[in-house]
Amino acid sequence: MAFGDFLTLAALAVAILIATPLWGGYIYRVMEGQRVFLSPVLRPVERVIYRVSGVDETAEQDWKGYTAAVLAMAFVAIAAGYVFLRLQNVLPFNQGGIPAMSPDLAFNTSVSFETNTNWQNYSGESAATYGTQAAMLAVRNFTSAATGLAIAIALFRGLTRRSTKTLGNYWVDLTRGILYILLPVSVIGAVVLVWQGVPQTWNPTQVVTTLQGATQNIALGPVASQEWIKEMGNNGGGFFNANSSHPFENPTGLTNFLEMFALLLTAFALTYTFGKYAGKQAQGWTIFAAMAAILVVGAVLAMHLESQGNPLFPNTVAQAGVGNMEGKEVRFGSAVSGLFAAITTGTSTGAINSWHDSFQPLSGMVPLFNMELGEITPGGIGAGMYGMLTIGAILAVFIAGLMVGRTPEYLGKKVEAFEIKMAMLTALVLGASILGFTALATATAPGQAGPLNAGPHGFSEILYAYSSMTGNNGSAFAGLSGNTTFYNITGALAMLIGRYGMIVPILALAGSMAAKRRVAPSLGTFPTTGATWTVLLIGVVIIVGALAFFPALSLGPIAEQLLQNAGKVF
Amino acid sequence: MSLSRMFPTVDLGRGTRRFQRFVTLRGAKPAGGAPAPKPRGVLDPDLLRAALPNAFRKLDPRLLIRNPVMFVVEITAALVTIIWAADVTGAQRTSGAAASNPGFEFQIAVWLWFTALFATYAEAVAEARGRAQAASLRKTRSETIAHRRRADGTLESVGSSELRRGDVIVVEEGETIAGDGDVIEGIGFVNEAAITGESAPVLKEPGTDIRSSVTGGTTLVSDRLVIRVTTDPGETFLDRMIALVEGAKRQRTPNEIALAILLAGLTVIFLMATVTLRPFGQYAGTVVSTVALVALLVCLIPTTIGGLLSAIGIAGMDRVARFNVLAMSGRAVEAAGDVDVILLDKTGTITYGNRLAASITAAPGVPEAEAVTAALVSSIKDETPEGRSIVELARKRLDALGSPGGSRDEAGFAALTATITEEIAFRAETRTSGARTADGMILKGAVDAIGADMDGAMPKEILEGSDRIADAGATPLAIRSDTAGNCRILGLIELKDTIKEGLPARFEQFRKMGIKTVMVTGDNPRTAATIAREAGVDDFIAEAKPEDKIGYIRAQQAEGHLVAMTGDGTNDAPAVAQADVGLAMNSGTSACKEAANMVDLDSDPTKLLEVIAIGKQLLITRGSITTFSIANDVAKYFAILPAMFVPVYPELGALNVMGLHSPQSAILSAVIFNALIIVVLIPLALRGVAFRAAPAAELLRRNLLVYGLGGIVAPFLGIKAIDILVTVLHLA
Repeated sequence: MAFGDFLTLAALAVAILIATPLWGGYIYRVMEGQRVFLSPVLRPVERVIYRVSGVDETAEQDWKGYTAAVLAMAFVAIAAGYVFLRLQNVLPFNQGGIPAMSPDLAFNTSVSFETNTNWQNYSGESAATYGTQAAMLAVRNFTSAATGLAIAIALFRGLTRRSTKTLGNYWVDLTRGILYILLPVSVIGAVVLVWQGVPQTWNPTQVVTTLQGATQNIALGPVASQEWIKEMGNNGGGFFNANSSHPFENPTGLTNFLEMFALLLTAFALTYTFGKYAGKQAQGWTIFAAMAAILVVGAVLAMHLESQGNPLFPNTVAQAGVGNMEGKEVRFGSAVSGLFAAITTGTSTGAINSWHDSFQPLSGMVPLFNMELGEITPGGIGAGMYGMLTIGAILAVFIAGLMVGRTPEYLGKKVEAFEIKMAMLTALVLGASILGFTALATATAPGQAGPLNAGPHGFSEILYAYSSMTGNNGSAFAGLSGNTTFYNITGALAMLIGRYGMIVPILALAGSMAAKRRVAPSLGTFPTTGATWTVLLIGVVIIVGALAFFPALSLGPIAEQLLQNAGKVF
Repeated sequence: MSLSRMFPTVDLGRGTRRFQRFVTLRGAKPAGGAPAPKPRGVLDPDLLRAALPNAFRKLDPRLLIRNPVMFVVEITAALVTIIWAADVTGAQRTSGAAASNPGFEFQIAVWLWFTALFATYAEAVAEARGRAQAASLRKTRSETIAHRRRADGTLESVGSSELRRGDVIVVEEGETIAGDGDVIEGIGFVNEAAITGESAPVLKEPGTDIRSSVTGGTTLVSDRLVIRVTTDPGETFLDRMIALVEGAKRQRTPNEIALAILLAGLTVIFLMATVTLRPFGQYAGTVVSTVALVALLVCLIPTTIGGLLSAIGIAGMDRVARFNVLAMSGRAVEAAGDVDVILLDKTGTITYGNRLAASITAAPGVPEAEAVTAALVSSIKDETPEGRSIVELARKRLDALGSPGGSRDEAGFAALTATITEEIAFRAETRTSGARTADGMILKGAVDAIGADMDGAMPKEILEGSDRIADAGATPLAIRSDTAGNCRILGLIELKDTIKEGLPARFEQFRKMGIKTVMVTGDNPRTAATIAREAGVDDFIAEAKPEDKIGYIRAQQAEGHLVAMTGDGTNDAPAVAQADVGLAMNSGTSACKEAANMVDLDSDPTKLLEVIAIGKQLLITRGSITTFSIANDVAKYFAILPAMFVPVYPELGALNVMGLHSPQSAILSAVIFNALIIVVLIPLALRGVAFRAAPAAELLRRNLLVYGLGGIVAPFLGIKAIDILVTVLHLA
């Protein structure tokens, strides 16, 4: 791992540290309806939206109302997306005879984009029309990201409000999230990407003759507009099959850096927003620290192992110094590709700039483990925070609270049977979906037909697929033929379970916490800030994740690494 | 008897009671209210034996299903037993190409049964301890004959179990009171030793608020009482107490339920992690045997805490009961752990409620030794607590001054005693007392009473000094000697309501735990501030009226605090009910006891502090063993996973960091460790983990280190040790 790679990591860390309070504070003001510098422009637009759609922005919803709105939105969007994809061949902006998607693929794709997963069992350039990309997929990128954000905000309110029933209004939160938070930055981001060479055009695929006389089809399209929100909204669904390793999605080292920044920006900023809600910034920074610590350790491990290369290769000049370059782009290099992999899975993005399948077994485990933790380091936009607070903070606070001799409380609110039930439910849903579907796939013929490789590597491919889909990540290990009826349907189910199986209990938890009175802190309350708490939070997150998935991981990447050490590869 | 009449307290009833408590505290029991531990230890052999049959009875699946973790263990034990039986009888096995090994299967089955049995045994031992305590209580509950008054005033004899709320019974001297109730006629002494362990009889009379309530099972030792029964059979104090200590009607507390949900959730997660290993293994090309999967499952699910959880709860209630505090529910004990504001009455709780001599100052121009000696002589015959405290203080001072009569000089004291020719008893007209000696007379008394016949000859310094003492909330007494017509003021005795020994240190501990102590007193703010500072309480309410307490509690609760208070009178009842934890004195009124969620049978308000510590200890024990249990899983993975998969990936042997002998010995050792750790931790569960007053952050750090880190390390050592033993004994 070269000095420059460290520098990239350090620069990214500094950029995020600077951006977190600024962006997090901005998000707080927007979501609480306070005036921000964009208000003069956007407030009238916001009002028109409410008037047209008949939303009363002052009417708050209780957790059931909020959940019902989220689910209604999801149902309509998935149904509409399905119809759109089935009819994309006849709808406008079909750049060249692209057919309709098959029913199972359309179902998988529609679910994938609505759940913020963006798992793609199709190649964007050959299987999706411009109309699909811009009108369906890009729009979903905004709404699914803003929904995650809205739910996180609802949970913040639930944890910090006193003795109330309401959590806010989903429609208002959704609108503000898109209008004030995602759209403005996406416009700027898209322009920057265009400057760096990312296409933004409605022109059809260019057919060119190469210097050697061959004919090449160069796929183009409205890429930039989708690219920034893909990263910033932690969606990850690429315009092209090659995703962010494609030179038209991620042309330069600068865009690579900016895209990593976009991945992390909002997820980390929400820790600061949380601090604002909690009335104590240390609460937010503590969670920031726990998230960052897990992310950085994984990232450094992946960067290091990838830059080491595969020891089984002869130590040629090409190998020396560049590391494991299989499946990687030369303009990014091995270490930074490892960093990108850790970040894209630590957030629930799933954009990739290298093939994770080609990683060394242990560095391939980093993205796998990140997803199995529930993508909370820092996680998807909103989803990371609500996952961290539920699985991490609530469970950690419960055990720690007992150990100091008080019935547990978080932010002054008692954590009781109902909250534990909901928190355990979210953890169970994750484990059941990942392990259950992986078991189903390994035990049945259509599932076994998926992986391209044998042995533990093939197992990792299946495990990765369901970890990614359940975690609403969407990155593929690759090496798995996913566009089959089996994987399309089970994958869609995994995505639905992973998304709504978490959201519903979390909103229920938010509702229950909102109704509680707040207990004043004393010396007898252990502080949910500071080093001990950070360590405990990390410990609980890792142990809950590791205990559930260690057996599976030991049959996948760990076995593969040990076998590779013994000279056996797959 | 002199001084207590010289300065009559507002409420004579309270005064008498305080006096009794004073005697108790100075006498039978150590000061500070902590009763001596009962002789019966945590692991009494008789109890351990008695619990065994119950442990087997509790294995009944219909009972065990209430504990999901142990229920899963029992099912797996049955499953492995069936597999073993099938192998032994040669029946065809449906699953698994792995060669069957009945010897190994048998051992696993046995240890799985042991795991379940150890858990039920822990619960049975905890219950047996409670039952032993209940048995002694039950003796007092035996059916007694009550004389019930009919509507026409005639009496009928009925069994105590036939008494209903509202019945009126007549109790004669020497009879056992048949039920809980309030005295409506008569005055008499009642021996309450059966429930309080205190042998001094207590005066009962109607309408006195505090002293009108009687408890069933206590004995009337004098006179005759007419009592209105206030409870129905089966609901009396004793009944409730017996039910609670036995754990018979034990309801799981909210926190226990939450923890049980967490444990059940973890069990399901581990069930998924192990069940899916079968297809995962098949995909890799091996069939993992059911026995190995079962072993892994049982090792992973939190059996340690699952097995000990109810024992911890029962033992917690038991600890409270051993302090002679009757908690109406386990919830109340848990809530006590959360309390962060305590309201304590000054009189009787923070102070002894008796004015004791704090200092003796000589008047100007009088040698100190003379003043002190005079104070001593004036009080030698005074048997009141105040008088005796003057004697004690004076003799201590004489030691320091090197004058005769000090506490180390019995001869000198006898000589001084011999100089007294006659005691001058306290009389209401003179409001002074003292002693007549050969030389004349020595008197002590209130400054104005002493100076009454001195025609204003009271020295200015004495008047100023006495004002100073009074301002600080204490009581000044002047000492005067009359010898041969020469009447002199020798000095001043300061009588102070003394703060109980050790309390300031206790309050300091509570401060460390983040608990705020608030003193409630009728004194003026200046006096209250002085005493508050000396006692080390954080805040005080001066000139408090009963309704001030409830107002203060409400205000604290609105700020998010959890408040505890003690009370005895009916006018305390609303505040006791409003408080999150209300501890009523057993000597208090029925109304107050009804409103409280705990009753102290010794009527010692400082017990509240112990109850809080027990509540905290209960939760800490639960949390620590949970952490330990989960942390254990790390080592178990490293023991069992390589054992399972080495057949297909020999390289996974690298995960066998403990270097366990063989796959079978590894699995067996992990299962044995998992079972034995429950037994090892039974004493800890029953006794509770060591509790030290410290801020939460410090407690967390320490407990995480001991039970978290310790929980990770211990099984590595334990499993390795068992593996060596198993290998040496050729068990696997």
